[in-house]
Amino acid sequence: MSSPHREAITPTTTAAPDRPVLVDIRGLSKAYHRGSETIHVFQDVDLQIQEGEFLALMGPSGSGKSTLLNILAGLDSPDAGNVAIGGEDITRMNARQLAAWRSTHIGFIFQFYNLLPVLTAAQNVELPLLLTNLSRAQRHEHVMTALDVVNLTDRARHFPGQLSGGQQQRVGIARAIVSDPTIILGDEPTGDLDATSAEEILTLLQRLNREFGKTILMVTHDAHAAEHAHATMHLDKGVLSR
Amino acid sequence: MKFTRLILANLLRNKRRTFLTVASVGVAFFLYGTLRSVLTTLDAAAEVGSEARLVTSSASGITFPLPEAYASRLATYDGVSGVTWANWFGGYYKNPQDFFAQFAIQANTYLPMYPEVEITAGDADAFLRERTAALVGIGLMNRYGWQVGQTVTLKGTIFPGDWEFTIRAVYTPTNPSFSAEVLYFHYDYLYERTERSITPGWFILKLDDPDRAAAVAATIDAAFENSNAPTKTETERAFQAGFVTMWGNIGFLVRAIGTAVFFAILFVAANTMMMAARERIGEIAVLKTIGFRNGTLFGLVITESMILALTGGIAGVMLARLAFAGDNPMNSFFPGFGVTGETIVLGIGLALFLGLVTGAIPAWQSARLSVVGALRRIA
Repeated sequence: MSSPHREAITPTTTAAPDRPVLVDIRGLSKAYHRGSETIHVFQDVDLQIQEGEFLALMGPSGSGKSTLLNILAGLDSPDAGNVAIGGEDITRMNARQLAAWRSTHIGFIFQFYNLLPVLTAAQNVELPLLLTNLSRAQRHEHVMTALDVVNLTDRARHFPGQLSGGQQQRVGIARAIVSDPTIILGDEPTGDLDATSAEEILTLLQRLNREFGKTILMVTHDAHAAEHAHATMHLDKGVLSR
Repeated sequence: MKFTRLILANLLRNKRRTFLTVASVGVAFFLYGTLRSVLTTLDAAAEVGSEARLVTSSASGITFPLPEAYASRLATYDGVSGVTWANWFGGYYKNPQDFFAQFAIQANTYLPMYPEVEITAGDADAFLRERTAALVGIGLMNRYGWQVGQTVTLKGTIFPGDWEFTIRAVYTPTNPSFSAEVLYFHYDYLYERTERSITPGWFILKLDDPDRAAAVAATIDAAFENSNAPTKTETERAFQAGFVTMWGNIGFLVRAIGTAVFFAILFVAANTMMMAARERIGEIAVLKTIGFRNGTLFGLVITESMILALTGGIAGVMLARLAFAGDNPMNSFFPGFGVTGETIVLGIGLALFLGLVTGAIPAWQSARLSVVGALRRIA
């Protein structure tokens, strides 16, 4: 039975409309409980994202954008529905399986960069690789490649406190791509940056999408930032629309 | 090993706090090393006494002397090959707080029964010949800078007055647990100065066969049971253990202090670790987002805690080991005082336990952290 909120979204992209579906969300529902009150974030949402798409997700504060992103990243669990990424239904995984899955399939970019202040840029980028069986030399090679992509090899030994906001976010992006994940999820990646730095980051994300074929889902409040994506979706009052 | 850099970076995040935590654990383990050494030294002191010697004292306690005539009677028992006696003097040199033991002995019979007392300086014959002569331990000689031939004056407490002794010989113990800080002098000197009112404090009996100690002791005590001065005979080891038992409450006190200190440090270290983990909630959430498993994070936090505890613990006990190596002030009270290998190993085990306990709660909290909630808090 369909809910009034239900809407199957298959964003039209200018990139590659005939590519296979990478993310397949069916009947997704999530609610929070505050005392006896139940607050529905969204109900019965369907969404398909094709490989190589760059999508923006907009919506007012509290609309559930970040919740959707967290569910996609396997950080939060839905009350109902299924989320299949690359053919794997992550809603059936336990916490241990999800952690292992995240380490290889998800690259997460945070609004406030969330770099570890005690580690250098290179060491921060290396973190996801610590969960692999790569040798130290191989890890170093991957880290330097990722830093090269974000044009920060000369800042490899700098600590986050020695970098500007834009540079820190580029390190954050390098950390997100270093393990070559299936999908990159950005939670307002330009939300804490000035216009110039934000533009640099958005250009970099576009480049990752175009040159490296990375699938990107970016939550943003900024319509200008959303313009850099192939398509924009809106989540408001539990309804996902295009 | 690949997480080493991450662990070290976290440990050195707040160098001052890490140093203070390690230092507090180190001080606690220094205290542990010292206090446990008091106990092990007391226990070792009980072992110094020989199984081949019996001590016959008054059944009423060692503060009650026995008739001198008992000496010749005790020598007649089957299995007893020699008899001597001694008295506790209880004086002090200049400072009443500066304690060392002094015994009045029947020297010509006492010394042959104690191979532990090896005369290494001065002249044994001169000591035996001269009534006011003293035989002094090498530790005591070094402590006061005394020389052979020097006259020293002790203030008597049990036997009031100034007592002058001329140092004629110096001994070095052949057993490290045997005190090197005893002053022996002649019973005859004490006997005469007290106007012949003193009698032996206790008798020491040399046995032909240590295996017969219990039987000989029982025979002796039975023989004196209905006399005016009933006896209590036991091996010298048991007699020494009796002295240690007198320290029993100190042993309890030492254990109580040690336990209290350990738990105080446990709470301090646990609080520090919990504070450190709480400050890093956001970072732990980020690591989880990256794909770090709960078990990995648990291991990282608990490893940090164990490194802190082990560093402090090893530093503390090793410092105690160094502080009490060789001659040290504690030897005055506890001959052979030192931190044993067993104390060090046990200390390292305790430090590991401390690290596990103090790290367990923050490690568990880190592992159980809700990523979504934590990310929302830092956003």
